[in-house]
Amino acid sequence: MNSTDNFEFTESSKRRCEEIISRYPDGRKQSAVIPVLDLAQRQCGGWLPNSAIEHIADYLNMPKIRVLEVASFYSMFNLKPVGKYFIQLCRTTPCWLRGADDLRNIAIETTGCKLGETSEDGLFTLTEVECLGACCNAPMVQINDDYYEDLTSKSFKNIIESLKQHNSPSSGSQLGRTGSEPASGLTSLTEKGISDVS
Amino acid sequence: MPKVTIDGSEIEVPHGITVLQACEMAGKEILRFCYHERLSIAGNCRMCLVEVSPGPPKPAASCALPVGEGMEIKTDSDMVKKARNGVMELLLINHPLDCPICDQGGECDLQDQAMAYGHDSSRFEENKRSVKDKNMGPLVKTIMTRCIHCTRCVRFATEIAGVPELGMLGRGENAEITSYLEKSLESELSANVIDLCPVGALTSKPYAFISRPWELTKTESIDVMDAVGSAIRIDARQTEVLRVLPRLNEDVNEEWLSDKARFAVDGLKKQRLDRPYIRVDGKLRESTWQEAFAVIGNKIKSVEADRVAAIVGDQCDAESMIALKDLMDFIGTKNIDCRQDGAKLSSHDRSLYLFNSTIAGIESADSVLLVGTNLRWEAPLINTRLRKAWINNNLKAASIGPDLNLTYPINNLGSRANIINSIAEGKHPFCEVLKNSDRPAIILGMGALSRPDGTAILKMAKKIADDYGLIKEGWNGFNILHTAASRVGALYIDFMPSQGGRDVENIISGSSNGEIDLVYLLGADEIDTSKLGKSFVIYQGHHGDLGAHSADVILPGAAYTEKNGTYVNTEGRVQITRQAVQPPGNAREDWTIIRALSDVIRANISYDTLGDVRERLTEVNPLFDRINEIVTPDWTNKSPSEFIEDGPIHSAIQNYYMTCPISRASETMAKCSQELITTLGNRTGTNG
Repeated sequence: MNSTDNFEFTESSKRRCEEIISRYPDGRKQSAVIPVLDLAQRQCGGWLPNSAIEHIADYLNMPKIRVLEVASFYSMFNLKPVGKYFIQLCRTTPCWLRGADDLRNIAIETTGCKLGETSEDGLFTLTEVECLGACCNAPMVQINDDYYEDLTSKSFKNIIESLKQHNSPSSGSQLGRTGSEPASGLTSLTEKGISDVS
Repeated sequence: MPKVTIDGSEIEVPHGITVLQACEMAGKEILRFCYHERLSIAGNCRMCLVEVSPGPPKPAASCALPVGEGMEIKTDSDMVKKARNGVMELLLINHPLDCPICDQGGECDLQDQAMAYGHDSSRFEENKRSVKDKNMGPLVKTIMTRCIHCTRCVRFATEIAGVPELGMLGRGENAEITSYLEKSLESELSANVIDLCPVGALTSKPYAFISRPWELTKTESIDVMDAVGSAIRIDARQTEVLRVLPRLNEDVNEEWLSDKARFAVDGLKKQRLDRPYIRVDGKLRESTWQEAFAVIGNKIKSVEADRVAAIVGDQCDAESMIALKDLMDFIGTKNIDCRQDGAKLSSHDRSLYLFNSTIAGIESADSVLLVGTNLRWEAPLINTRLRKAWINNNLKAASIGPDLNLTYPINNLGSRANIINSIAEGKHPFCEVLKNSDRPAIILGMGALSRPDGTAILKMAKKIADDYGLIKEGWNGFNILHTAASRVGALYIDFMPSQGGRDVENIISGSSNGEIDLVYLLGADEIDTSKLGKSFVIYQGHHGDLGAHSADVILPGAAYTEKNGTYVNTEGRVQITRQAVQPPGNAREDWTIIRALSDVIRANISYDTLGDVRERLTEVNPLFDRINEIVTPDWTNKSPSEFIEDGPIHSAIQNYYMTCPISRASETMAKCSQELITTLGNRTGTNG
């Protein structure tokens, strides 16, 4: 929370902001604060410097403290710089029962940073979060915008290693299942024709 | 009107009130931390739970629930007791048990309610959270670990003070109250959050660790830092005034108090005049009352009456002013004046020098023209009324004078005095706004009236009032905003130069060119005393400020906390201060000093008791008998005559925190001035 850089929206972000504001009635542009903050966070590399918060306050005609309140309330907004890959480890009960603790240890070991910290190479930031809503495929983590599900220590380690090589590992279930269909293959709706319809 | 049953008894309550208010009407005590009558409803402390049927089978927060027809409300059922107990236990989970070292102790809502309704012990064995203290400026001390997140301070700053700088960051267990980047709260009302805080999270910084509430003698009095006349309570221990708190007066200050009124009192302990002094061989030396009176007596005998003058200051009580006027009348001089700032006011028409709409009344205005006044500094509590008018009636405000941030939108028409002419002549676009308003108002500040062409400005303002419907049945929107607490009282007793007499300007110029030989300054410190030349100067007052430095004789008087004095506020409300402590050393109540001096020169002043002086006041002006009342003056049809000279209009106050001998002597005010005015440049209240 200590950047003094000047923040300005890029031209394309500006157009996007106008589009977002136009979704709300006239005189209610403050309603756009969350999507606009998100836009700013993406532009700043995953976090919101003060200059961005102040710029948005001016832009939406809100007191600065109100924008900061919103930004600090939601865990999706970061008020400190984060690494290129922002890893959120789910620790709520289903993931925990399915081995979230192991994933955490792997993450700490492989990235070399502790929870809440950013690795020295600036690649990773680790944080533990509560339920991200993918319990059916527990354990899972979120890395930037993507969910990585059905993880094991091994598959998670591979993902991090592959990110270190600047590859893009495939997201979603690491077992290869679609969505949250049964891990052992379909148990119902197996007749040919029915499952093909969709 | 809905009928509801509260704890078995039926009661009819007004539409649209909350269950909490209905319970209060029924005489039930509902606990609360976050709810406050003057703030928006937050509903986040959950302390006000009651059982309501019909409704879900669980306790409901009564502060946020509107009453409905036929509701059955239980405020003391088993469910309520259990819920209340539970909420209290949860609130105390993270609250430190540091009552013995907490300044709120003894007047803490949490302490009181935990005593009365809480568990005797806690089942919480984990670690309590601790929160870093925040900076909130030179007046508010923070111990944020004690905060229970009621958000009263946040709502006060946003809604009443109009400075949305406080907020709650984070959420859940990590929630913290702070200002943006921990900046000082830029408001003249910031210290009211101390009173609002139901726990010891926000306490008074200057009063930290000074005293416990039960050690204090509480005296109900009136504030004299501005001309609003806020109701205050003076808390003193022995001879020391330790703090000042607001007292409820819906007509004047509601329950708020400006920071200066609250915190300038430490100036009462500094630079006090506690014994008489006389100047011998160019140096002031201590003396006795007899010596001092003898010097004055000899001097008065040796000068001609029309070479004597008297000026009263901004914080004088009416009693001392009438005594001085009677003394000057006896001497036979007409050179007396109460307008240190040179304001072009006359004492003839009350309607032309009062805040006619009244302080509470200005809330109903729907348009207002401010001329030469920085309301935020000159009368912060009138400014909150205008802010309310903006919130409730969409007040359209415009100003002539410096461009100010008064916490509501204001259209600055420029600073040139000629704009008043063009409005009066109907040539300005703002005329339309005034014409189309139901309750238009004008507020003339001393910044406009103390200009050399003040009379002409007054005349034009009166023309605006006459022409644009500011005066009508049940509404008088013509307002003069005084900055001096003593001013209206002085005008009431006509402490003004009579025909052929000299006003302040001419008294000063007369002194410098040798036409005036003796000047009696009664608490007058805001004039240029260096220009008093060779005149013999008597200074009577309580502080060794500007007036005393130039004096040949100093008579030590009492400050407003040390005397029973009558003051008339800017709307013409007669109010009385009560003595909270004794004046220091040999200082005396002011009217008694003049009474004693009158004996030395064998003046025929007959009053000997405070009752007698008050009787004399009533004799001079019967309005002094109408304590706490507003006696509406008739609107005058006479207009002052003169012409406006064009030029910028300034505000009357250059530094809010230093406007009188008391506030200039106050360390707290010096800190505020340093932190909020010097460091921030001109931002506070002027153009930020």
